[in-house]
Amino acid sequence: MNALLLISLLMAAGVVAWASERIRPNLPNWVALTTFVLATLWVVFAWFSGPHEGGLYAEQSYRWIPRFGISVILKVDGLSLMLIGLTMLLGAVAVVSSWTETSTRRGFFQFNILWVMAGVVGVFSAFDLFLFFFFWEVMLIPMYFLIAIWGHEDRSYASMKFFLFTQISGLLMLVAIVALVWIHYSTHGVLSFDYNTLLGAELDGPVARLLMLGFFVAFITKLPSVPLHTWLPDAHTQAPTAGSVILAGIMLKTGAYGIIRFVVTLFPEASRDFWIYGMALGVASILYGGFMAYSQSDFKRLVAYSSIAHMGFVLVGVYSFNELGMQGAIVTMIAHGFSTAALFMMAGALQERLHTREMSKMGGLWVRAPRMGAITMFFVIASVGMPGLGNFIGEFLVLLGAFQKNVFLTVCAALGIVVAAVYGLSLMQRSFQGTPNPDVPEMRDFAFREMSVMIVLMVALVWLGIYPQHVLSMTDALLPILGVAP
Amino acid sequence: MTMQGAMLAGLPYIVLASGLLVVMIGVAIRRTHFVAWSLTLLTLLATLVCHLPGYEALGEGTALTMLFHVDGVSYVFNVMFVLAAIFTVVISYQYVQERIRFKEEFYLLLLAATFGSMVLPAATHFASLILGLEILSISLYAMVAYPEKARGPLEAGLKYMILSGVGSTTILFGMALIYAASGSMEFASVGPVSGSVEGDTFYLIGHAFFWSGIAFKLSLVPFHIWTPDVYQGAPAIVTGFVATVSKGAVFVVVMRYVMESDVFTSEAITYVVFLIASVSMIVGNILALQQKNLKRLLAYSSIAHMGYLVIALFLVASQPAVGFETAIVYLAGYFVMTLAAFGVISVLSFDSERELATIDDITGLLWRRPILSATLIAAALSLAGIPLTMGFIAKFYLFAAGVEGKMWTLVGLLVLGSAIGIYYYLRIIFAVTSKPEGEIDRSTSSSWTGIGAVAVLGVATIVLGVYPTPLVDLVQALLQASGF
Repeated sequence: MNALLLISLLMAAGVVAWASERIRPNLPNWVALTTFVLATLWVVFAWFSGPHEGGLYAEQSYRWIPRFGISVILKVDGLSLMLIGLTMLLGAVAVVSSWTETSTRRGFFQFNILWVMAGVVGVFSAFDLFLFFFFWEVMLIPMYFLIAIWGHEDRSYASMKFFLFTQISGLLMLVAIVALVWIHYSTHGVLSFDYNTLLGAELDGPVARLLMLGFFVAFITKLPSVPLHTWLPDAHTQAPTAGSVILAGIMLKTGAYGIIRFVVTLFPEASRDFWIYGMALGVASILYGGFMAYSQSDFKRLVAYSSIAHMGFVLVGVYSFNELGMQGAIVTMIAHGFSTAALFMMAGALQERLHTREMSKMGGLWVRAPRMGAITMFFVIASVGMPGLGNFIGEFLVLLGAFQKNVFLTVCAALGIVVAAVYGLSLMQRSFQGTPNPDVPEMRDFAFREMSVMIVLMVALVWLGIYPQHVLSMTDALLPILGVAP
Repeated sequence: MTMQGAMLAGLPYIVLASGLLVVMIGVAIRRTHFVAWSLTLLTLLATLVCHLPGYEALGEGTALTMLFHVDGVSYVFNVMFVLAAIFTVVISYQYVQERIRFKEEFYLLLLAATFGSMVLPAATHFASLILGLEILSISLYAMVAYPEKARGPLEAGLKYMILSGVGSTTILFGMALIYAASGSMEFASVGPVSGSVEGDTFYLIGHAFFWSGIAFKLSLVPFHIWTPDVYQGAPAIVTGFVATVSKGAVFVVVMRYVMESDVFTSEAITYVVFLIASVSMIVGNILALQQKNLKRLLAYSSIAHMGYLVIALFLVASQPAVGFETAIVYLAGYFVMTLAAFGVISVLSFDSERELATIDDITGLLWRRPILSATLIAAALSLAGIPLTMGFIAKFYLFAAGVEGKMWTLVGLLVLGSAIGIYYYLRIIFAVTSKPEGEIDRSTSSSWTGIGAVAVLGVATIVLGVYPTPLVDLVQALLQASGF
């Protein structure tokens, strides 16, 4: 597998999709879908053929800007491979879910989707900090366009807020990156942005803490965690369905990935000293996200707030600093990707049919569209943390890990699961159960296209829930690097 | 100094000056717009080519009298100015043809302004500084007010002339005082004198005047008041030229002054310049937030950009090589993106009686004029300093320079300023990409030359942003050859 080739393929496909609009308005959809399916197969193939020596599935390195010691270093290890696989799969889901939603400018739409994904793959595989920052921004701009052009009624505000939050926190990270590189340069005389080289930087306590915070703020903005979460409900709600699927399913994971890959390893001591704050922020997100989700009347907004809560678990898991917590965090990332993508797709499907996201205008929809009802039920239950499905494994492991670190915070986090049940079931009741809303006389049920995507996601969640070992074993090589091996 | 060396070093100046005369005589014999335009273009191209042999042969530079020192740095800036002039000439043909009564002299002024700007990077003496500055400024007054029937340009020209005149006078007076203190007008020997009370006081007061005037020319706060009015009033073609060439030229000469005169060994002066830079970064960005006219917005953003660039100026004092490299890369990026933005406004305005520069005018532009819009988006992203663009590389250079020089406050303000800046650049992008209602009118009367020239800059913004190594290598090689 070659990560640069994959990224170039996605970018090239984006250009092709844009151009193909002139031939047939529907062609961009096919171009994007074909690309994502091929890319998913490529990842699966790489997964089965196993890693090369050193536990890496791919490794490329090219010179880029030698003046600053910047190179294109792309490596794919187990964690990266899983996340890239998730990205490609959800890319296909996003394309299918918005098959008929966007009527105008499909070419440019698919171009943006493909370029977001190219940026995400870059983020998950970059091992040069400059390159990482570069891809961090590459995924931001097309996402901004997706929200600003094809978003719903309040898109201007939402897209602006999304961009400003991410960009400003990203600038902080850039300062931290440059400062880290210069400190390394002044002590070792080597100017390099290479991650592996910078692992050897010797930092004083206070400096390490400051730089760690620069990274941390950027990543918890993306994650997002309380108190930097406020962009998320707006951006997710206003984005077109494909945008929400990508945002929630994948882009939030880049924040979690960044914490695991960079914060924990580049600043080991500073991060460990920081555990109580990290965990407390995670717990705050779980509870706050849960309560806010319960009080929403907008289907999509509810799911958006629930994402904040789920990402809180990731933060708690990582800052437990033990094997269980870390593995739980990773499983939660993957499982949340599947379940939330499905729920956002459902929100999009409902909006397309009813032209509203307000749950007060729904009710009893199960009668009108039983397949949609059953599927929503499945994913709500998964999201609530029902044993046997992926989310349960993740959250359970996180709680086990956190329990060893701090009992009080673990108890608070566990309360979040109760809250999740409350908002999850209330979502179900208000939209699909109860007396059928007389204003909705009939509604088209899911057809083959939507069902096939949903079934893929359902299978993935069940697989993750019943046999998580596939995922867990992928992180074996990573855990010692994070310093949490048993 | 051999005769041959001096010829080589002076060749671009001689060629440009001769071309200027040819165009002038040509206009006197027979007025033909196309001929004047082609002769101008030819002169500029010839000037550009004349820089090639010198680049290898110059070595550490050649002194032409005590006034000029021609070296790699002055060459690289000359090339930038000439390229900017070529761009301006190319896109102004249609504008001049359709809007201007007396067409040919416009090019004369442009050539003269270019000549003035080329004098500045080589200046090493107060006399050559003021010479270059005035040739440049006086040509620009006329260029700003060139569409003499229109109210906006006239008003802008008058404002610019009066205020810029005051700026020049201030600089001159400052020079006089510095001369009184140090007894020299050469940059290398006007350094701080200590001992006598008069020497110290005159030196400081002289610098207070000098820097005020310079800050005026670079439109740094609090001497920035003229900028938005002049930017808005002048034709967009001229505005682009003023925003890039005149500022770039003044900045280079200040850099050389700082490097040779050790002026920043004086704490008071350092502090004042630091203050001016800090305030410019913040005030420029904050004032840009509320602008509805693109040209005013770019004016305020240029104030902030010049503020950022002062970081390089400080570095020039301690590490000239890094400082000059940073400034060259930054200004190259700034030239490309600023000219692209004003170029889009110019080409766009060919379709209408008035200049299309408000946010409303560009709303939904992407669906009407995709090439121009893509360029404008690239320019806006670049000005905001978003990766993938030249502007990011430029800003990254400043970042690195600031961190290397341990100027934490300025780096912090650079981040803060950039953060504020993103908001108003995004407004441009949002307006451009918003979906229009109703029928889309794709008809246009702007020529393909204009669109093509603008598109070239748009592509350059992206290509150099993704792969800046050729530019960086070139700049480093030049600086090394020049003995930095």
